[in-house]
Amino acid sequence: MGGAGKDAGGEAVPLRVLAAWVPDWPVITVLGAEPEPDLPVVVVERGRVLAASGAARRGGVRQGQKVRSAQSLVAGLAVHERHIDAEAKLFEPVADAVSLLAARLEVVRPGLLALPAAGAARYHGGEHVLAEKVVDAVEAVGHECRIGIADGLFAAQLAARAGRIVPPGESARFLAPIPVSELAGTKLTDLLGRLGIVTIGRFAGLPAGSVADRFGQAGVVAHRLARGAEGRPVVARPPGVELTVEQRFDPPFTVVEPLVFAARVLAERLHAGLAGAGLACGRVEIEVECADGTGASRAWRHEGLLSVGAVAERVRWQLQAWQQRQLFEEASGGVVALRLVPDGLVHDPGRQLSLADGDQEATERIERAVARVQAILGHTAPVTVELAGGRAPADRVVRTPWGDAHQERRADGPWPGRLPAPSPTRVPASPVPVRLLDAEGLEVEITARAEARSAPARLVLRTGAVEVTGWAGPWPEQERWWDVDEARRTARIQVTVADGRALLLAVTGGRWHLEGDYDT
Amino acid sequence: MFDSGGMEASLAALAPQLRLSRPGQLVPVLPALEGLLPERGLRPGAVVSVTGGGTALLLALAAAASTAGTWCAVVGVEGLGLLAAAELGVDLSRLVVVEDAGDQWARVATALADGVGLLLLRPGGRVSGRTAEQLATVARRGGCALVVSGEWPGARVRLRVAARSWEGVGQGRGRLRARRLVVEAGGRGAAARERRYELWLPDGQGAVRAVGPSAAGTAGTAGAPGTAGAAGAVRRHKADPARGPLAVV
Repeated sequence: MGGAGKDAGGEAVPLRVLAAWVPDWPVITVLGAEPEPDLPVVVVERGRVLAASGAARRGGVRQGQKVRSAQSLVAGLAVHERHIDAEAKLFEPVADAVSLLAARLEVVRPGLLALPAAGAARYHGGEHVLAEKVVDAVEAVGHECRIGIADGLFAAQLAARAGRIVPPGESARFLAPIPVSELAGTKLTDLLGRLGIVTIGRFAGLPAGSVADRFGQAGVVAHRLARGAEGRPVVARPPGVELTVEQRFDPPFTVVEPLVFAARVLAERLHAGLAGAGLACGRVEIEVECADGTGASRAWRHEGLLSVGAVAERVRWQLQAWQQRQLFEEASGGVVALRLVPDGLVHDPGRQLSLADGDQEATERIERAVARVQAILGHTAPVTVELAGGRAPADRVVRTPWGDAHQERRADGPWPGRLPAPSPTRVPASPVPVRLLDAEGLEVEITARAEARSAPARLVLRTGAVEVTGWAGPWPEQERWWDVDEARRTARIQVTVADGRALLLAVTGGRWHLEGDYDT
Repeated sequence: MFDSGGMEASLAALAPQLRLSRPGQLVPVLPALEGLLPERGLRPGAVVSVTGGGTALLLALAAAASTAGTWCAVVGVEGLGLLAAAELGVDLSRLVVVEDAGDQWARVATALADGVGLLLLRPGGRVSGRTAEQLATVARRGGCALVVSGEWPGARVRLRVAARSWEGVGQGRGRLRARRLVVEAGGRGAAARERRYELWLPDGQGAVRAVGPSAAGTAGTAGAPGTAGAAGAVRRHKADPARGPLAVV
């Protein structure tokens, strides 16, 4: 959120923030506001569960699960691909309804919005009253939401999950028992996990100086949040520097597409201006002005994490949502100006886009090239990669669309049954069924003691059978393998075959799959 | 009315661009792989093709460049083992991946060739001479080296994995530890002379290392590609940096 005050120690005290969260927004988007309560539904993104309906959750489906495992848990599970444009469009009426209660509302992402609570609470007669009014406003447009109020957006977001109002000054205590993975990216969580620091409270207890030495700038920001402080202190706009970027249109536009194109150029200018001033912005306000003098604006969370493409995408969402409201109808005369207004400025000594540092020119070139790829294949096609926790090779790689902030994924180990390097050079998106036979031609079985009942001799692939020349394992995935239901337990073996190739095979419920190829 | 000082300043500002398009600038590879390439590095605009199931070799060719801060891209390699890439030394924070470019692969590759320093590409279909030429032109202008998985018309250097074998796996014992590759290198111009190299990719410590030169006389496998992979065929050559054409990591 916008600003922060200073306490006696000079530490920035975050402003009171109200976060309103509509749970399972991706599910609501695909099903409508009042779905059949017993319908097991998941919304997936890149093969993993992003959100699940209540019925699916009761069946054991969890966020981050592979679609295949979710399907094996719940019979008749309906699987929908995520539709992020629709999520944003459908959320606009919610944001609109709440914006009547408080100025300076911002959309953190579709399904979650935030507003500075102090002024609004005074006006409405207290934080509890404000919270109730927001709940009512959201209910009036047909959705249920949970409210959290705390010091700063980070604590407020977590408070919303619990539906709590955390009193002023209590945020650090509220955050203390929460796992550190909620706070930090995978890399930092992993690092802290190895030091035995698993809760935000433990992390907050580390001396600030040593955090800076050990974990760098990202660690410092996370540490400040952990202590209930503002991530980065908000600064005033440097005098004489115009950071707002604007594009005027003559004749006015009545359709969205050319505006989206202009938005990309504007976003590039916005980022160049900020970077030139050594700043990043906490939020970016999208404003349109119509020929008849009317207009609309909406603020989106930025945090210095959005790339040019990601800002342009948010502009597109917003314009599509406004189009629904007939903003571009003939009566308004069309859009004459599009503006991006950065707000909540913070110093950003490094690059504000987390993707790269160093050579500015190289970074601009790659941004442009990737933007062209996104224009050809869509925003999510080019991805960046980060390693995460997990056992199977496919689990240990997190792909994130270029320009989006890396999702936080649990990296806490240890991971028994994880195979050491080298890893397969090809990991099929979904495991390929194979048959692994012994010398007698019978399927190789893995016993309850996690041993192979017979030695593998032949591997039957789709392309034909090959002779197994060597094998190693099995490595059971579960620590207490013998305790695990036979249908669920997974073990892996490595085999080498006659043409010199090595393959990674996994067996679950007695069925073998090819999970990786070391020599494609 | 030329202010020569101002001109010098603007020339200095242009220097990065000039550097990028200078023909002498090679994209570096790991020392152990330098011997595979006639220029001991990857030339922008020129194509190195890798065939015979050499994804590991393909990835290893991006290790030095990405660690040096050069942006790299991979296009069209579905189900790419990115964990393996990291283990082979690729800096993932300098990598952009487009796994499935479908029939748009040539457009996507051309777009990226104008923005990255090294492009790893698996063509999604037949490669016409015209497509190859267009891509090469953009890559040369943009200072991007190309490594292609599969056949490529007019490849300057052709690397073929002729044989492979693994160490570390027994009959129900051990684990995969080291892979030995026999790579045949050929191509046009300076690369025209066919050569054979043996590489640990990786060795038991995870490093990429030359096994040593595999002259036809010393390696019994030289004349019969495919047999080197048979169990037990791996000989323990001692890597000798002083004799071999390949540097040792």
